[in-house]
Amino acid sequence: MRRDGFLKRLATTHIPVALVVLLAIGPFAWMILTSLTPSDAIVARGVSFSPAGWAPDNYVRLLAHTDFLGNMGHSLIVALGTVALGLVVSVTAAYAFSRFRFFGRRVLMLQFLLVNMFPVVLLILPLFTLMRRLGLLDTHLALIIANATVAIPFAVWMLTSYVGAIPKSLDEAAMIDGCSRLSALRRVVLPLALPGIISTGIYIFITSWNEYLYALTLGGRHVRTVTVAIQTLIGEYQIEWGLLAAGGVVGALPVTILFLLVQRRLVGGLTQGAVKG
Amino acid sequence: MSSIDDVMALEAPRPRRRRRFRRSGLLPYALLTPAVVVVLVIVFAPMVEALVTSFYDYVLFRPNAAKFVGFGNFATLFDDPVFWTSLWQTALWIGLTVPLQMGLGLVAALLLNREFAWRGLARALVIIPWALPSVVIALMWRWIYDPNIGILNDLLLRLDIVRASIPWLADPDVALYAVIATLTWQGFPFFAVMILAGLQGIPKSQYEAAAIDGASAWRQFRHITLPGIAPILATAGLLRTIWVANSIDVIFVMTGGGPGYSTYTLPLFAFVKARQNLDFGYGSAIAVTFTVILGAIVAVCIARTMREVER
Repeated sequence: MRRDGFLKRLATTHIPVALVVLLAIGPFAWMILTSLTPSDAIVARGVSFSPAGWAPDNYVRLLAHTDFLGNMGHSLIVALGTVALGLVVSVTAAYAFSRFRFFGRRVLMLQFLLVNMFPVVLLILPLFTLMRRLGLLDTHLALIIANATVAIPFAVWMLTSYVGAIPKSLDEAAMIDGCSRLSALRRVVLPLALPGIISTGIYIFITSWNEYLYALTLGGRHVRTVTVAIQTLIGEYQIEWGLLAAGGVVGALPVTILFLLVQRRLVGGLTQGAVKG
Repeated sequence: MSSIDDVMALEAPRPRRRRRFRRSGLLPYALLTPAVVVVLVIVFAPMVEALVTSFYDYVLFRPNAAKFVGFGNFATLFDDPVFWTSLWQTALWIGLTVPLQMGLGLVAALLLNREFAWRGLARALVIIPWALPSVVIALMWRWIYDPNIGILNDLLLRLDIVRASIPWLADPDVALYAVIATLTWQGFPFFAVMILAGLQGIPKSQYEAAAIDGASAWRQFRHITLPGIAPILATAGLLRTIWVANSIDVIFVMTGGGPGYSTYTLPLFAFVKARQNLDFGYGSAIAVTFTVILGAIVAVCIARTMREVER
């Protein structure tokens, strides 16, 4: 009887779940295997499944013969800059949306929602001419500004839902104790919203790190982020899949780990916003 | 005197409250100013510029030759067969990708909502595609689709499903579907995660009551689960429609729109026009047209959801 139960669970739960998990991680796992197999071995014998065929060749080449670490540095500057700009302007906006009822509130909230909808391609052309006019092409600032077009509306939306979840009675209590509105924001709301702010910041970091089209269009020889650099790893005469895979793994790993760390809280914020919105 | 004091004391809170009200009347605007100003400068101003540019014949390397052509770009666009190809492919692209993502996400969510020992691990692993950079995903799938030594052809040949290897991204009849498969893979974890959150919000007691009444698993799904997650499906579906419609990085890296025009979507068409021909006037006209179409679709969706909510 118990055996039957186990077999049934195996067939209805464990195996289907394993298949879904395999589907989700299979391609990336395949890329990790590819990156561990030396390039000439890939062409001759295919990707190696056993550790015997593995060697760090591709990673050595990636780190020693390309400027991949430099590219990661650029990505880091751009991503951190976007996080800073995005959070600073969004925190107060989120507080205003969640704590006050004022004329134009709905219109302004709708505006931040609509901004999310604008196609990148509609913004990328005027942003390019704008940056060119300002002489900002190929600078970190250009990429930070471009990424902020996505990050700010997103952060306002997320933070409004996080701050909205903090009971109003807490800032009222602080104000009765003599805090002004702003010091209530700083001393009561901000510390309580900190986990939400951090996960919003991490999500902005991830999307800026992963961003490609702006980096390709507004960046250049001086500021080349990881996503653009990975593409240049394609060899001149034939595609160097091993090297490319190593670049993909190194470029994606930091944000994948970050994402796994914050996913649960992030999902909470996203779905809350969705349910209320 | 004392009575006047009493009256004053009674009256006193009033002006104070009014003053506070007036202060808080301006405060929210002050708090919003930075975000609104930045968004106006970096989103709305460029958008207006794109709109203006779409009425000009503006090629980037001839900036002084820019001239106003009215709806000239749009007239050219509607005569351009590539526009109609791209429009049809954009419809296919959205119409296939979003339902596929939703279906796969729903299956994943239902499975991950069961109780088993390694549930936490499975939930974490399933969202990995969501976290990966689009470029990495695009290159990874190019590698999987590689006609000579790609794993997909290798598997299909070994399993005797196909006779000869398929040039997934080089065959104009297949390429669009190959890219759609990639995007489905990239996007299904988003649905899985959103739906999972919805499933957890459905009270267990409803299922218990249904089971007592003898409802089959299918009927439980049909009458408890689906209505329970319907609002999330609607919201997530709308968000994803917008996202999928706008998403061009994966196509751009996988095929660049090729072979021929077989994987062009409207935003990709605009991007390629502007990037390769530096024809910003025409590119902007395409982008504006696309935005108007997308905006109309979204408006219809929202209006319909609103009506259903009212009902």
